[in-house]
Amino acid sequence: MLDFIARRIVAIIPVLAVVAVFVFLMLRLTPGDPAAVIAGDNATSDQIADIRTKLGLDEPLWTQFAIWIGNILQGNFGESYFFKKTVAELIAQRIEPTLALAICTLVFAVSVSVPIGVLAAYRQGSMLDRVVMGFSVVGFSVPGFVIGYCLIYIFAIELGWLPVQGYVRIGVDFWKFLERMILPSLTLSVGFIALISRITRASVLEVLNEDYIRTARAKGLSNRVVLMRHALRNAAVPILTVIGLGIAILIGGAVVTESVFGLPGLGRLTVEAVLSRDFPTIQTVILMFSVVYVVINLLIDISYTIFDPRIRY
Amino acid sequence: MLSFRKSALALVAAASVGAMVAAPASAQTLKVVMHSDVKILDPIWTTAYIQRNHGYMVWDTLFAMDEKFDVKPQMVEKYDVSADKLTWTFTLRDGLEWHDGKPVTAEDCVASIKRWSARDSMGQKMMGSVASLEVVDAKTFKMNMKEPYGLVLQSLGKPSSNVPFMMPKKTAETDPMQQIKLEDVIGSGPFVFKADEWKPGEKIVYVKNAKYKPRSEPANGLAGGKVVKVDRVEWLAMPDVQTQVGALQNGEIDMIESPGHDLLPLLAKDKNIKLLSFNPTGNQYTFRFNSTAKPFDNAKIRHAVFVAFAQEDFLKATIGDAQWYKVCKAPFVCGTPLETNAGMADVLNGNAAKAKQLLTEAGYDGTPIVLMHSTDLQVLTNLAPVAKAQMERAGFKVEMVSMDWQTLVARRVKKDPPNAGGWHAFLTSWVAADILNPVMAGFFNSACDKAMFGWPCDATIEKFRDQFAKETDPAKQKQIVEDLQKYWVDHPTHINVGQWYAPLARRANIDGNLTAPVPVFWNVTKK
Repeated sequence: MLDFIARRIVAIIPVLAVVAVFVFLMLRLTPGDPAAVIAGDNATSDQIADIRTKLGLDEPLWTQFAIWIGNILQGNFGESYFFKKTVAELIAQRIEPTLALAICTLVFAVSVSVPIGVLAAYRQGSMLDRVVMGFSVVGFSVPGFVIGYCLIYIFAIELGWLPVQGYVRIGVDFWKFLERMILPSLTLSVGFIALISRITRASVLEVLNEDYIRTARAKGLSNRVVLMRHALRNAAVPILTVIGLGIAILIGGAVVTESVFGLPGLGRLTVEAVLSRDFPTIQTVILMFSVVYVVINLLIDISYTIFDPRIRY
Repeated sequence: MLSFRKSALALVAAASVGAMVAAPASAQTLKVVMHSDVKILDPIWTTAYIQRNHGYMVWDTLFAMDEKFDVKPQMVEKYDVSADKLTWTFTLRDGLEWHDGKPVTAEDCVASIKRWSARDSMGQKMMGSVASLEVVDAKTFKMNMKEPYGLVLQSLGKPSSNVPFMMPKKTAETDPMQQIKLEDVIGSGPFVFKADEWKPGEKIVYVKNAKYKPRSEPANGLAGGKVVKVDRVEWLAMPDVQTQVGALQNGEIDMIESPGHDLLPLLAKDKNIKLLSFNPTGNQYTFRFNSTAKPFDNAKIRHAVFVAFAQEDFLKATIGDAQWYKVCKAPFVCGTPLETNAGMADVLNGNAAKAKQLLTEAGYDGTPIVLMHSTDLQVLTNLAPVAKAQMERAGFKVEMVSMDWQTLVARRVKKDPPNAGGWHAFLTSWVAADILNPVMAGFFNSACDKAMFGWPCDATIEKFRDQFAKETDPAKQKQIVEDLQKYWVDHPTHINVGQWYAPLARRANIDGNLTAPVPVFWNVTKK
């Protein structure tokens, strides 16, 4: 097992190297000039050229890349072109809302989707099954921002139960934090619930037709025990895989959800950085998201051994 | 299932009640969503409008422009100009203090003027006529001129980017090409910047400067007494316009600087919200030529575009509601002292037949016009398709290239051939306060490579601009503008395609917003 984990961690290095090169080149090849953005609309070409020189953007591409990689290897992620702050500081300032949103969404989505997926499988063809499947189609099809606006209209503007936007840090006021997390988490959960409930239903359905389930029933075990201990546990591997893959949906969804609900998180930082061509910030945030994605999927792989003892690394 | 629903509703209700109980009294905190988040803190380093607005919170100016476009003293107590108009003497008001408690001195002001003028085109023009800046004593300094210059007060009282904000000498000695440091965001203005509460992407906070001594005159435009009537102003970063409107309707914020024209009818229906057009001169849409690229290197072909265009089509396509736009041919903006229609009778009438005839006479060879089309800024998106349609009606071949605004910003500074990464034309918008005269209006600068992107090269226009700058008699200045305008119509550097207004939206309990080209927060009250 330790050998497997060590190999997987080592394997992260080439992945990050590819991501680093790809992101760097994509940004440099994409049209747009941070110096022109910084200088503002009334600036002359000379002023823009001066700023470009100060930022080192007039250096050859390979020199810029070498400087950036050299700094990264020394733990220096650079300074934002705009904020006069290091990218590490910016990320530290923005990570809490995104982390909170991701955890709330994950907890809510998994605790809703797995039970309804199992129930839908257990009552295949019933009204409940059709409702769950219908919901999953809608959940996949409706864009997150539409769901967000609908929830804002109903729960914030019409009913006045929850605020439209904003974020309060958990350490400042827990209740305010919670009430500001409800709508964004619900919004982001919809697609995630649709995905997991569908996969859960399919996996459990497949398992329910296995001989050992029939044997368990023949032994006189209750439906709850058959479903939870035998069916769900054996169906867990594909469900966990989808949850791991769904982290990418979560990261992508956070970008939109944070914008709709005015959450000052990493998703919004990414959008702002892309729109203003803040290269050091975009590069670091994308590298960080890549690390998160790879590490979470590593943890998911390790967790397979808990649910399926036949899997050994 | 029912009990689960009840529990969930009870939980949500409990959370809401808890929040209501815990809500602090915030009667004197003004929560505002501006048009953009503040990322850069130095209003001299960039010309972006959000930094200009931030500048007005923290720093003060020597002079300021009132509602009638008259320049009035602000930090200056008195000023004097010698009979030969070669020596200007400025004396500062008593009691001016930086936020760290140190007195504002003449040395600070001289250093600030130098840094500002290194970045601002109007400042550069003025400094071309300045022989020296001389500190007389702690409160007095002199500006010695090489020659009489007619725009000294207009330059020092320039209302929009770059505004000559006064900074402490140590800050003003920062290389003009570098941003000032976070700890140097110290001004003498009516608000104090709270560095410890600044969270880029979330909010920027200003508190009332209790030691600020406002002028005794009532506030008028950007001039007069800057009396702060709230304790704290928070600018919240909220990029989504729909969310901004929801937050305003819900009372979570007090004001939106620019709510977007398509949402104005929704806001107008809400009795708790008022719309206010605080900037009576508004903004001007502009079509910019690349005068170095064929066929726009030919003045007659540029003039043909002027003849082909009709302003109202542009305004209807972008703004829609006639309440928020104005057909205005005057390039120096309707409602200002230099408003004139001299020379404009035959242009901007949508005369495609005349434009076609001009193109034939000019020998237009059918070269496709590369028209850059910005797609992500709502107030600009529909302009390029209108321009394309009107130009094609006149016989131009137009290749409209769609891109986001930042790509356009990067491409417009490129002098490459239009079919190889360059461009022929694009449309943008100016705040009217930036284009009040031919020296201030950047697109009139026709100094070839030293001009703004588009690089017009026209000695006659430059001669008019110099004459205007050096003329001290306002009547003669107006005459120069009329002469310039008549010439410019035939040799256009750009085309003004209409004036438009962006009202701010505020809760009904907010009052006191001043009529000015910049949204300022002194004089604003919250009941």
